[in-house]
Amino acid sequence: MPRVVFAPVLQRHVECPPVDVPGSTVRDVLDAAFATNERARGYVLDDQAALRKHMLIFIDGERIADRVQLSDAVKPNSQIYVMQSLSGG
Amino acid sequence: MGKRVLVATRKGLFTLAKNGAGAWGVETIDFLADNVSMVLHDARDGSLYAALDHGHFGAKLHRCNEAKRDWQEIAAPAYPEKPEDCQDMDMWGKPLPWSLIRIWALETGGADEAGRLWCGTIPGGLFRSDDHGASWELVRGLWDHPLRPKWMGGGADLPGLHSIAVDPRDPRTVRVGVSTGGTWLTKDGGASWNLGGKGMWALYVPPELMHDPIAQDVHRLVQCRAAPDALWVQHHNGIFRSKDGGQSWVDVKDNPVSTFGFAVAVHPAEPDTAWFIPGISDQKRVPVDGRFVVTRTRDGGKSFDVLSRGLPEGQAYDLIYRHGFEVDTTGDRLVIGSTTGNVWVSENQGDDWQWPRAICRRSTVPVSSKIEPPANLTGRCQTSQSPIRKSSARSRRM
Repeated sequence: MPRVVFAPVLQRHVECPPVDVPGSTVRDVLDAAFATNERARGYVLDDQAALRKHMLIFIDGERIADRVQLSDAVKPNSQIYVMQSLSGG
Repeated sequence: MGKRVLVATRKGLFTLAKNGAGAWGVETIDFLADNVSMVLHDARDGSLYAALDHGHFGAKLHRCNEAKRDWQEIAAPAYPEKPEDCQDMDMWGKPLPWSLIRIWALETGGADEAGRLWCGTIPGGLFRSDDHGASWELVRGLWDHPLRPKWMGGGADLPGLHSIAVDPRDPRTVRVGVSTGGTWLTKDGGASWNLGGKGMWALYVPPELMHDPIAQDVHRLVQCRAAPDALWVQHHNGIFRSKDGGQSWVDVKDNPVSTFGFAVAVHPAEPDTAWFIPGISDQKRVPVDGRFVVTRTRDGGKSFDVLSRGLPEGQAYDLIYRHGFEVDTTGDRLVIGSTTGNVWVSENQGDDWQWPRAICRRSTVPVSSKIEPPANLTGRCQTSQSPIRKSSARSRRM
């Protein structure tokens, strides 16, 4: 099952430990992760459910391409890292 | 309680209070190192609201009981899903994000509207809550108005709704100010809106649009509580006042220092008394001649006092943004927060100012300030006014 790991800096604002969740796309696994942690959703996604401007997501070390639909594929053993971007200052 | 000043800064929320010796200092720090973009004290139930701009993680909203300081994150206003066929574009022709970027205004509803709050945002949406901020609803009557797509960035890349004035006679009557997008009025709690602003003018648009109310960059709109039809605006190109609830505006030309600035405050009981903090011009956003002063009119703009006692002498280049200036419910106490990180407090309508050293040493950058309605204010100090300057060194208008 894919594992979603959130950046430590995010923990200062909202608790979000690593979670193992089902899914075959970034959207799938994030929806599953936020299903039990609704508050964290707004810290990662904007009002239109796209990835926030200064956030990044990596799948097995590769930065995702689709920041809007979050359609990048996820493998059953993938590690998904949700990070803050340095572009945000 | 009382005698407190709430100062929202990029480095946290600082609460100032007076010590036994009568000096202002920091009493409490909340959200240290977080960017607090707005703060609101709700006198109806003793709540405090703090808007946080987390940058990477978006804008959030927190609420507490002012005595307990039991902060809890509550819902932040959220824009509805943008329809796929929506052609809502920004001024660069790119799709306007229907997403909360910044909380830029927070106000309480009427005295008998428990739990009602109003929230102005960038990119321009006005939100309303009827449950103390537990949930928010976009005010579609304004957002869907056919003229709203004409709003442009002003003060930020995208349009921002920064001023909300709830009419104390009827809280269903609300006036708002937009950078840039003029002044707007609803009389039915937000269901329908009319554009005001006749009489304002702008020099940053082609001549044919100069007097178009939708083109006006209202930096700040304030309302006299005792005479709610009396409004003052600090505009990008000058100072305007209205006596008819914002339908028409008169250009106030005779500020002896400059008519450029961002901030304005109006006395809660005296509609002809208002304060301004001038800068040179939109192209030179620093005090005139490096002299940081406050100007005050007591006669509706016919003449102005120039107030500087207690403010920096000599070279000072502080700039006061639209939310960095506030007057309390008595009209005696004023507070200024500058982009340079200074705070000044006056307790005699601006005649004298005190600089709370404790907060200034922390090099904060105030972005907004609020004064709690004080329960035990001291009486007004009887001090002489600064001499009225009659010169007409009006700012260069651009």
